[in-house]
Amino acid sequence: MTGRLSSAVLTAFAAAVCVFLVLPTLAVAPISFTETNFITFPPRGFTLHWYREFFERPEWIGSLGTSAVVAVLTAALSTTLGTMIALGLGQLPRRTGRAVTFFFIMPMVVPTIITAAALYTPFARAGLVASIPGLVLAHTVLALPFVIINVSAILQKLDRRVVDAARSLGATPTTAFVRVTLPILAPGITAGAVFAFITSFDEVVVALFIAGADATTLPVQMWSGIRFEISPIVAAASCLLLIVSCVVLTLFWLVQRR
Amino acid sequence: MPGAAVEIAGLNKRYGEFVAVDDVSLSIEPGEFVTLLGLSGSGKTTTLMAVAGLTEPDSGTISIDGRDILSLPPEKRGLGVVFQNYALFPHLDVFDNIAFPLRMRKWAEADISKAVERVLKVVSLEQFSDRRISALSGGQQQRVALARALVFEPPVLLMDEPLGALDRSLRDQLQTEIKRIQREFGVTVIYVTHDQEEALALSDRIAVMANGKICQLGSPDEIYERPNTGFVAGFVGDSNRITVSLGATEDRFRRVSARTAPELELLALDRTDGALEQAVLMVRPEAIEMSGERPDTDVNLLQARIELREFLGASIRFTLDTPLGPIHVRKGRSGPAAAFKPGNDIWISWSPTEGALFPPAS
Repeated sequence: MTGRLSSAVLTAFAAAVCVFLVLPTLAVAPISFTETNFITFPPRGFTLHWYREFFERPEWIGSLGTSAVVAVLTAALSTTLGTMIALGLGQLPRRTGRAVTFFFIMPMVVPTIITAAALYTPFARAGLVASIPGLVLAHTVLALPFVIINVSAILQKLDRRVVDAARSLGATPTTAFVRVTLPILAPGITAGAVFAFITSFDEVVVALFIAGADATTLPVQMWSGIRFEISPIVAAASCLLLIVSCVVLTLFWLVQRR
Repeated sequence: MPGAAVEIAGLNKRYGEFVAVDDVSLSIEPGEFVTLLGLSGSGKTTTLMAVAGLTEPDSGTISIDGRDILSLPPEKRGLGVVFQNYALFPHLDVFDNIAFPLRMRKWAEADISKAVERVLKVVSLEQFSDRRISALSGGQQQRVALARALVFEPPVLLMDEPLGALDRSLRDQLQTEIKRIQREFGVTVIYVTHDQEEALALSDRIAVMANGKICQLGSPDEIYERPNTGFVAGFVGDSNRITVSLGATEDRFRRVSARTAPELELLALDRTDGALEQAVLMVRPEAIEMSGERPDTDVNLLQARIELREFLGASIRFTLDTPLGPIHVRKGRSGPAAAFKPGNDIWISWSPTEGALFPPAS
């Protein structure tokens, strides 16, 4: 009986934690439908006005476009670079490999504001501030660790002999890489790409420094929105951001499950 | 394709200071099954991988049917390789694993299906064609690895400890199967193992390796019955080792006496180089006779008391307390010796041809 009781307590506790984690996020949903001109809770009435505003005002829809482009490019760049880095790290002697890995993982550990401040001056000098390439490069720094970690995790479990096996069976080094190494690493590469996309898509600190009038991302636009307007558009944008993240994660989950 | 001849000559490989392969030469006949037997670090796998093209030797030549292959990359050598832990492709199913070498050779899909089905039948895995590798048992994975290495009918099959990860009964079963399949394909096999029973059971010839060198090359019978060094005698099969002082030479035999019982004179085959004072006498446990009565001989005869009797199924192993120290004897379950019990005082003896003398450190 105590077993059943304690498991009930555990379930209740787990449920409470979930509610605590998810509820504030979900609270933006009702707020985005309010008829008032300011963010109010509880919301009053029901309107899709703020969503229409979001899609009609160029600074909002434009920032969504910028975010999407930056996130896709960041995912592509950091996945390519990160996979190559992970493969390179795998060739190093264990101890050196670990030290160099730590170096690449740093951006994950260092407070983002420090990375942002550090990147600002050289980027300004190179004319990368307020540009999409600048945002992509900056976000790649932040996203690389996710790719490296995900790909390395698979690489560590990989029996290196499979490449030798492929060679002995008639594959050139290139064919062995394309037909054996890459497909085996694919789940790690996909996971890395998804994390890279999301890292870039909802990143605000670095973007605040790097983004400018010509390249404002959605999170930066929301940040100014909440400071200067307190408009329920921000809530609508949050909902959209949430939906994009959920869709990406669900797709990823479906792919991984196969 | 029938098996090809393999010729390894003067092969050397160092890793820094460590000499992995030290001047190894080996001629293998077409269709022969040769085993490289040795402990880890003896150079057996390095030698095998040099033939496969996956390790580059420092010097030496390797040729197949008279054609030098050393300059060819592994994919051009066309040899079948079965790796330790199989190295199957985890992202492909059984069929695609086995079809891999055929796809590399750009075969037509219809021919691929036919060839894969045929080899699946040979390894009795017809029903597993579309299974994922992770859904197979160790023994089944081993069979897939074998099928994948054989499907393109290579002239030579290289196997690196293929049964190392399996349990005893499965190994016995697969041993028989490997032997049968080898006969069926007529392929030349170079097989690497540290398991002497496996080597004895499978091979036409065994090359016992230690410290990068081949210590002895011969048929399983030769290796077992006439080991040329103490190392080979100790490594292949069980043996009693007794440190002895050397006495007079008589024909091919030598009189010796054990350090623990100097008054007792023994006679054994002399495999030392002569100039030594001490040697190790080796006697196989099954070569020693046990009897309750004093037998009609004076050669290598001594009294013993039975300390331990271990029933091993097909045989019984006795541990005896003798003037020479502890001695192991192995006897058939159904023989007269089976009745002896711990505490019995008995006589033991062995023919002088069953005892061999080796230099102490060899």
